[in-house]
Amino acid sequence: MNQLFSQDKLNIINVGLKGFGPDAASQGAIVKQVEWKPVAGGRKDIIEALDKVESLADKIKEANETVISRMKAANPVLVGMDLAINVVPEMTEHTILHAGPPIAWESMCGPMKGAVIGAILFEGLASDDKEAVQLIESGSIKFDPCHEHKAVGPMAGVLSAHMPVHIVKNETNGDYAYCSINEGLGKVLRFGAYSKEVLERLAFLRDEFMPVMQKALALTDGIDIKLITAQALQMGDECHNRNKAATSLFYKQISQLILETDCEKAAIQKVLSFIAGNDHYFLNLSMPACKLITEAGQNVPYATIVSTMARNGVEFGIKVSGIGTGEWFDYASNYIEGLYFPGYSKEDANPDIGDSAITETTGIGGMSMAGAPAIVQFVGGDVEDAFNTTKRMYGITTDINAAYAIPNMNFKGAPMGIDMLKVIESGVLPVINTGIAHKEAGIGQIGAGIVNPPMECFYQALLSYVKKYA
Amino acid sequence: MKNILVIRKNTYFDSVTLMSLSEELKKLDEAENVMVTMATAMNKELLQKEQLADASIETYTENDLVIAAKVQDEVEEEDFIHLVDEKLKGDKASGEKEEEVYATIKQAKAADGDANMVVISVPGEHAAREAKIALENGMNVMLFSDNVSLEEERFLKELAHEKELLVMGPDCGTAMINGIGLCFANKVASGDIGIVGASGTGMQEIMVLVDRYGCGISNAIGVGGRDLKEAIGGIMMLDGLHMLEADEKTKVIVIVSKVPDKAVEKKLLEVIEREITKPVVIYYTTDEKKTMDSQKVVFADSLLAAAQKACELSSGKMPEEKIQQVEKFEKFADTQKYIRGLYCGGTVCAEAYYYLKQKADRVYSNVTKDEEHMLADVFKSEGHTLLDLGDDFFTTGRAHPMIDPTIRLSRIREECEDPECAVILLDFEIGYGSNENPAGITIEAIREGMELAKAQGREVKFVTYVLGTDADMQNKRQQEKQLSECGCIIAESNLEAVKIACSLIGLEE
Repeated sequence: MNQLFSQDKLNIINVGLKGFGPDAASQGAIVKQVEWKPVAGGRKDIIEALDKVESLADKIKEANETVISRMKAANPVLVGMDLAINVVPEMTEHTILHAGPPIAWESMCGPMKGAVIGAILFEGLASDDKEAVQLIESGSIKFDPCHEHKAVGPMAGVLSAHMPVHIVKNETNGDYAYCSINEGLGKVLRFGAYSKEVLERLAFLRDEFMPVMQKALALTDGIDIKLITAQALQMGDECHNRNKAATSLFYKQISQLILETDCEKAAIQKVLSFIAGNDHYFLNLSMPACKLITEAGQNVPYATIVSTMARNGVEFGIKVSGIGTGEWFDYASNYIEGLYFPGYSKEDANPDIGDSAITETTGIGGMSMAGAPAIVQFVGGDVEDAFNTTKRMYGITTDINAAYAIPNMNFKGAPMGIDMLKVIESGVLPVINTGIAHKEAGIGQIGAGIVNPPMECFYQALLSYVKKYA
Repeated sequence: MKNILVIRKNTYFDSVTLMSLSEELKKLDEAENVMVTMATAMNKELLQKEQLADASIETYTENDLVIAAKVQDEVEEEDFIHLVDEKLKGDKASGEKEEEVYATIKQAKAADGDANMVVISVPGEHAAREAKIALENGMNVMLFSDNVSLEEERFLKELAHEKELLVMGPDCGTAMINGIGLCFANKVASGDIGIVGASGTGMQEIMVLVDRYGCGISNAIGVGGRDLKEAIGGIMMLDGLHMLEADEKTKVIVIVSKVPDKAVEKKLLEVIEREITKPVVIYYTTDEKKTMDSQKVVFADSLLAAAQKACELSSGKMPEEKIQQVEKFEKFADTQKYIRGLYCGGTVCAEAYYYLKQKADRVYSNVTKDEEHMLADVFKSEGHTLLDLGDDFFTTGRAHPMIDPTIRLSRIREECEDPECAVILLDFEIGYGSNENPAGITIEAIREGMELAKAQGREVKFVTYVLGTDADMQNKRQQEKQLSECGCIIAESNLEAVKIACSLIGLEE
């Protein structure tokens, strides 16, 4: 028998005409208003797919819970540093990894092309940019996404054999992830610059920075990245586009270790001032940590949680846990809404680029914007916008991650596990905080702001999911 | 008392968060002492001093979370830790006051698992999908939307039946559940009369009459106009009946509907006979005399009679209904022979139609499928014409006349210019959902109409009925005052209105 009358109250969800809500509320009913709009803009194939998936609801719920529990259990720890060729799976002297989904040389955007040329020069495979391009066009360079090699890279995300990488380990399942060393701002490889100073800095990182760091990290069981992230979130970082607190916390630990090494004072000084001089140092630790967290939840049959979001500067690609690691769902990257540094405007901007959206994939970055009000200034919004953004994100995620508490949200945990079904049903897209790259190689960062993935990626993923399961 | 001690390596929480959490947990009756804290040197000392942990705690560091408690023996460790984990999530949904807006039904349900009713008024082509989602998430549905196909309706109602939930509608405008009026509804007293109806204004009329007679409503379930068609089979009518049968607050049941399809009617009466113990009053909009050899079932021949009978069964006393005695109006011109009813409510129009049909010839309406009485052109009155202006003919592309009166205002003027028109009948539904001053926006057209007729040497009489109560926000008396001030006759019920109209033209004996 229907229990409605014995429930003795009416708790209403009003979908559509708004007047009915207040009328019922004035009589003592609890009313929630749904801001309804046609699902998927009325796209029939998508609505049909959603309806088909509905019958799998129990399996999906269970699968997503498994994903969440694995993501929560992940415990990423920085354990070392080495050259990519020594640790990154399937790395070769002629392999160049890049950000985002797969892309051919001809299709790459300006900053990525610049970074690739820079990497070839750095590796000594060519003596100038012309030669580098010839080498590429001869087909002897193998391009592949970082994500396919357990790696991640900010912006162009270019990684070659002899660049040093952070080695981050998931202590829970023994998995590893790798990420380059953040070069700082200005003329840097990740924005496509390959001038002498860029190559010299890369050489410094390889020849001077890495040896000191290796000695320092050998003195510890590892530096807990999750712990630093949790604390930094309470100090105004969202650990994507703001890493001030996290870098400071990291510095606190690494400086102690470095001072315990037998390295020369001058070498130590150089290394410490490099870290201290770059507020974004921690980004290249946050990213591989997030990669390990999402990777832990990858490949769970039926799961609808997004396991990767990454951009190559031309296309935005996502992966979904239940569909499997092999398949990317790509669509043209959006342009970023944001603030430009003096002298630059939207015309100069490259479309959204970089693997750093892996942070949002775990629920920090733009997803936890409420915890980093300082970031909001970048997009010309006020603190309330940050707050509302994060609130909206709870609606498209699967769970709350108690490990990452957000002070401004009354210490509510960060949203965790973006559910492609919730994204499509609600029409609410994940929010990504990100830097804006100049569309020409080598100019660098020209601003920062927020961006969404294209909805089409989620639509394509859903259609593929339905083909697989329904 | 027993100790609980759980340690989470490398799990960081802010110390203030943990202090306030510990304080909150300490207030639990089953807990004597609780410390949820990071294992800093100071806290480790404190944990040992409080005998919440022994010296082994020393092996942990300030990066490790300690959950330590002294609780009553019957407390399960697992439950306690689960409670701590839930609190650490910090999701204090119930404490948040500000108005939240949700993008989907699922989001709203996730925010409040107690939601038990989804009111859906989205465009018809999308409505069934939303209704299905509501049902699949365990909630009842009031489907205000129209343009839902019969197949969809049947699918939804079968699903609802299987899940022991209600689907009210499609095209359901009125319901009252657990004391809350939904969509178009009036403020009426609570009581023991339950209604299940395939009719919006019919249910409203019965509710306000019951209220006026000093009785009250327990629950009113709308099932949508097609529920008793064979294609649907009365699924919700039958479920609604069973709900009212089981409802402790309901003593008397009223059914109001168009005449059901034969097979459905038969089934309905069988179910009542076999499974319903409470007395049932039935009103079908028809002039066909219905009788049944049953102690439980009473057929009423009008909404008013149904309300009276229900009140008699509820209170043991038949309410008195004095019909105003109105004399035949002698000053009508020779051409003025007919009544014109311009109704916003379909069922009240039908009630008037079936009454008038017994009294007069040449009665036409758009509420009947009887060819003899159908209007050739709904935009042109002939003889006695009683129009349901809520019919699709009039509402396509615009709001219902209960909300937007434009169509009725122009029709009032047209009727007044017709030399054959003697009396105009108007209903005014007030209450939730309706126009905020339905009389006020109509009186100018009434005055104009009167002037138009007068200019041609005629006097047209207006008989009006305000369907509602004084408790409604538009206030029944206030509405009536405006109407009587411009010369309208005020009726106390819909049936009385048509009776007065008949008297005015000499049809009543």
